[in-house]
Amino acid sequence: MRALTKLLEAALFAAARPVTLDELLGLDPGATEEEVRAALGELQGTYDAGGHGVEVVELAEGFQILTRRECAEAIAQAQLVARPRRLSVAAMETLALIAYRQPVGRGEIEEVRGVAVDGVLRLLQERGLVDVVARGEGLGRPLLYGTTPAFLELLGLRDLKELPRLEDLSVALKPLAEEPAAE
Amino acid sequence: MTLPTAPVTDRPFLVQLEEFSGPLDLLLHLIREQEIEITDIPIGQIADQFLAAIHALKLNDAAEYLEMAAYLLRIKILMLLPRPADSEEWEDPRAELVRRLLEYEQIREVVDWMVRQAGDRADRFPRGLVPEAPELPPPPVVVSLEELLKAAERLVELLPARVVHRVVPRPLDTEGAARRIREALREREQVELGELLGERPSITDVISLLIALLELARVGAVGLGQADAFGPILITRASTDQAA
Repeated sequence: MRALTKLLEAALFAAARPVTLDELLGLDPGATEEEVRAALGELQGTYDAGGHGVEVVELAEGFQILTRRECAEAIAQAQLVARPRRLSVAAMETLALIAYRQPVGRGEIEEVRGVAVDGVLRLLQERGLVDVVARGEGLGRPLLYGTTPAFLELLGLRDLKELPRLEDLSVALKPLAEEPAAE
Repeated sequence: MTLPTAPVTDRPFLVQLEEFSGPLDLLLHLIREQEIEITDIPIGQIADQFLAAIHALKLNDAAEYLEMAAYLLRIKILMLLPRPADSEEWEDPRAELVRRLLEYEQIREVVDWMVRQAGDRADRFPRGLVPEAPELPPPPVVVSLEELLKAAERLVELLPARVVHRVVPRPLDTEGAARRIREALREREQVELGELLGERPSITDVISLLIALLELARVGAVGLGQADAFGPILITRASTDQAA
């Protein structure tokens, strides 16, 4: 294993959170981005080929060492660590709306969901999954919400582009949108 | 508005008591359960079932559900109105509802995907995942001095007219208490303070007894003692008091 790979492994192990490429570049002033990427590849290869219990995963705009899926049940059974608490459907609906329409105000979320969302919004904010990213133009300059890196981490996504595209969903709004055009 | 007690349908239908995330969720549940085409909802039937469901689920007081119920009834009425002869001009009153339902259904599909993703991610642990902290108490409220003063003002306004404190005379009966102590000591050489107080002493009873006791002790009529810390207070007959 190269010295840089060793360093990366140590850094990813120590950080215990997704570490961005920029942060990894700071480990060795002499290393180029290409070299860091190659070293990451080598580390990934080492874990995959060697039958290790952990793997290097790219998520939340960074890299993180995670345990492998097949080990999850035993680890949870032994109560060594707990799986994070699941979010309610109401929270997930709100999160989904924010993810797709960000920056989005409370009013628009409530319009689609048909319920008041103050409580759910506060919960999502407390868990660091969404945050106020801007203020709207209209009356009272409403707070506009957006998702945070913690949201990507929650879903294990590299970036927002990994969310399913709305036009790929089985329930598409296309027929309705096309209606006026058909006239 | 009268709530129908039973759904107007010949098909038996049952709503499981489960958590709905909102009126659209409940509506979608009813529609899916009966395999109804979203774009052609039998609005009368669904409106009645919706009302029956919010009744059964005791969601009656949730404004959002009632709002939806009212909305459904309005569409039902609009559907009953005679259509203009020129059917081209007729706009389906359900169009807006269909749009909202489809939009909501789309979000639900994304939610399903997100739940699967989150579940998969939760199966891969990071290093030293700290077990999630229990529900935290709500964070301290941050208010400005002005807000605080305004709130105080509102409260003060709510107060009824100033109540002048009335003093109720509750005379202390030290003499009566002294008599009881002497009577008790006539029979026995030593009594505990608690015995003299009876079952439910009032505050005046306690004070009367204490004053009487201190007075008697001062003049040497009784002796006061306590065997150990926080133990019962013992009142003993003083030798000089035997004559009394």
